[in-house]
Amino acid sequence: MEQLVVQTLNGIVAGMILALVASGLTLIFGIMDVVNFAHGELFMLGAYVGTTTMVVTHNFWVALVVAAVTIALLGAVIQITTLRPLLGRDPLTTILATFGVSLVLQNYALWQYGPVPRKLSEPITGHFKLFDLEYPYYRIAIAVLSAAIIGGLYLFLKYGTYGIWIRATTQDRVMASAMGIPVPLVHVAVFAIGAGMAAASGVLFGPLIGVNHAMGTDWTLKAFIVVVVGGMGNLGGSILASIFISLLEAYAALWVSPSQAVIVSFVALILTLLIRPTGLFVPTPK
Amino acid sequence: MSPPDTTPLVRVDGIHTYYGKSHILHGVSLDVQAGEVVGLLGRNGVGKSTTLKTIMGLVHPTEGTVALEGRPITRLPAHRLARLGIGYVPEDRRIFRLLTVMENLRTGLDRHDVPEDRKRGLLDKAYEYFPVLAERRAQAGGTLSGGEQQMLAIARAMMLEPKIILLDEPTEGLMPRMVAQISAIIDALHRDGVAILLVEQNVPLTLETSQRVYIMEKGVVRHHARASELRHDDTVIHQYLGV
Repeated sequence: MEQLVVQTLNGIVAGMILALVASGLTLIFGIMDVVNFAHGELFMLGAYVGTTTMVVTHNFWVALVVAAVTIALLGAVIQITTLRPLLGRDPLTTILATFGVSLVLQNYALWQYGPVPRKLSEPITGHFKLFDLEYPYYRIAIAVLSAAIIGGLYLFLKYGTYGIWIRATTQDRVMASAMGIPVPLVHVAVFAIGAGMAAASGVLFGPLIGVNHAMGTDWTLKAFIVVVVGGMGNLGGSILASIFISLLEAYAALWVSPSQAVIVSFVALILTLLIRPTGLFVPTPK
Repeated sequence: MSPPDTTPLVRVDGIHTYYGKSHILHGVSLDVQAGEVVGLLGRNGVGKSTTLKTIMGLVHPTEGTVALEGRPITRLPAHRLARLGIGYVPEDRRIFRLLTVMENLRTGLDRHDVPEDRKRGLLDKAYEYFPVLAERRAQAGGTLSGGEQQMLAIARAMMLEPKIILLDEPTEGLMPRMVAQISAIIDALHRDGVAILLVEQNVPLTLETSQRVYIMEKGVVRHHARASELRHDDTVIHQYLGV
């Protein structure tokens, strides 16, 4: 019972970070039909930019913001140089292009920062007692912060002029441009937002496992599972699926080792694809 | 009849447009004066919609030019043209189905150079023309009926304060009562000084609302006349449209 509570908490914390990564991914897919295989590398580079900024400023929160902004700019550059020329072509070309970008970024990180993981110290060090366990406050803070960022994104999409532009462009690119919405600019902005959110998740997650050049790969994979289970391009679905998958893994880890628990996510993915390929958390298509 | 000497609002000159390898427009030329309602008639598949899309910059012609108030706009992207004063109401309406009525209107209304009171005025006017949209302002566009969606598509284009609206088959699939309403709206827009290039299958409505009419066949303009002439003499209509 106690373990169940702890694992629920762990599942929610992991789920919120995953939701932060996946919502950027799904936003990008929804608007550009681009499956961004470099998303995990943006997460990883965000964490590295975070460590570098920490060395200079010794302030975690500054590092969080600097990383998000830097990687958002990098995302904009990637979109303009790599994806814009491929827009509207066979999806395979963008998959290959983003996969190429991911290899470049990963090897750049290895070359720049070396193979030894960097430590990113957590900004909140206290613990509270949860049964006979000392549970770190920082984990709770991660969940709350991720939720706040996602909530901010939601409000922006729902009420902001640019949010309406993004939703209109997602639904009908051609009509959006006929209404005077600068679609190419919207695409760049969405890619930048997605990249910035991935970077923010990287910095938030960094203190839990340390920062290394391969840390993005796992997250790309997981985020993809979530995006498929939640329904491609469906923001709410991705968020629900993130929490669902993370809870599944957390509970599975009660019986098997955490590395084996990952299998549960794949089972969920395969079942979703078999039974309901449009995603679990989307309304039945009419 | 020859077109007037003043610079037309929109001048299309000898455009050739392709979709992939299929050659749709074979040198279409036409013009629309400021504030004028011009009909574009022809059978299905002769290139009427493609002509509108080419003017809107949604497809680019391989040859020929499009000019707005004498300024060449042939290569400009659609979003620039929308801001220069071309409104587009496509054949299939293309409402943003998941956006509310109000949000659909905001896609055209939220421009940086428009002060709040003018936005208010534009909305009031749209709601005055289409009271049903005011009632449904918080409802998703996809839940509206066909006629209501058509009204929303027109109201949405009005938010851009266009000099001309490209109106593609606005009465298609609508009930007679709705058709009469669309016709009244075209007249109201005309009184407001908005030019309209109207593509329609409904010949009587087109002749009634337009001042001039172009008739297209196989990707070119075959005939050009005052609407009043065609109203009295329907041999040309018979010849090209078979009605």
